[in-house]
Amino acid sequence: MLDVIMNFFRKPKVASKDIAANRLKVCIIHDKTDGSPEILEMIRNEIIKIIDNYVEFDRDALEVNITHADAADGKTVSSALVANIPIKRVKRIGK
Amino acid sequence: MGEIIVITSGKGGVGKTTSTANIGAGLSNLGKKVVLIDTDIGLRNLDVVLGLENRIVYDLVDVVEKKCRVKQALIKDKRFENLFLIPAAQTRDKSAVSPSQMIELCDELRKDFDFVVIDCPAGIEQGFKNAIAGADRAIVVTTPEVSAVRDADRIIGLLESHGIKDPVLLINRIRIDMVKRGDMMNIDDILEILAVKHIGVVPDDEKIIESTNRGEPVIADSKSMAGQAYRNITRRIAFPDENIPFLDLEPAGGLRGLFKKVFGDKKV
Repeated sequence: MLDVIMNFFRKPKVASKDIAANRLKVCIIHDKTDGSPEILEMIRNEIIKIIDNYVEFDRDALEVNITHADAADGKTVSSALVANIPIKRVKRIGK
Repeated sequence: MGEIIVITSGKGGVGKTTSTANIGAGLSNLGKKVVLIDTDIGLRNLDVVLGLENRIVYDLVDVVEKKCRVKQALIKDKRFENLFLIPAAQTRDKSAVSPSQMIELCDELRKDFDFVVIDCPAGIEQGFKNAIAGADRAIVVTTPEVSAVRDADRIIGLLESHGIKDPVLLINRIRIDMVKRGDMMNIDDILEILAVKHIGVVPDDEKIIESTNRGEPVIADSKSMAGQAYRNITRRIAFPDENIPFLDLEPAGGLRGLFKKVFGDKKV
């Protein structure tokens, strides 16, 4: 009973194994992409192909990176594939 | 023709040598003819884990340099029928052996043995390349820690790029109590991150230290949990067609899941 009351006042705690699993995922993503810029270059080229159908953009300025940042809850870290695509003009599409 | 299995991990101290010794002893208990090769040149340890350190005459470097015949370097373990060891050299370094020499040795040994089990050194340099050169398949040992699992991921990638497909994971030193209260990654967490299959889970067990102190593989201890885990693992290696089902460790109540996993194939 005391436990129940104590737990009520205690801040919810993230299990340390979840912190471990999360940090591990981020590490591995970085290990894989840092070691091979070719993968990012391949992603970049594929993105160019698709975006090119819809917008005009500065190809040389297109950046693709993997970043990691603290998530909104402040407890976990997440990885994101971030593409910065400076658009010049949207193409007129069909219709 | 025998099969060549390399036991590797990347990170040191996760239990490669202990696993090699126990898998070797376990396979020989199942009636297989087994030779273990310690490829950790300069830091040999498999001999002491097996309690065979006083019987070394020739070593791996002597064999590849043809200073002796392969048969002369084989140390027979008197406690296990058909279990042999080729020890590493202690006063040389990794460059004393090349991958092509290892391939040649493995191909010669596979004519006479059912299994050749190679104990790989920690790291990803020359010693690792020697150890995996002749291998048909790989068992990657890891513990439920960020550092060990990260290294395992790297090793899995390197194995695959060297043409060793579908390495399997041996998760060592699981603490059921810690998994249960969420303070240790469970089997599913690790398997999800690494995206590989596992061949077994060995619980953290004081008996491992006791048996290593004596130079006796824990697999011979019928009461030890870790011994039982290794017996199950060797059955999975020796009889892949038996298809022993893996029962999942439930994230919430880890205890029962692990018991099922460890003792599961007794029913088969």
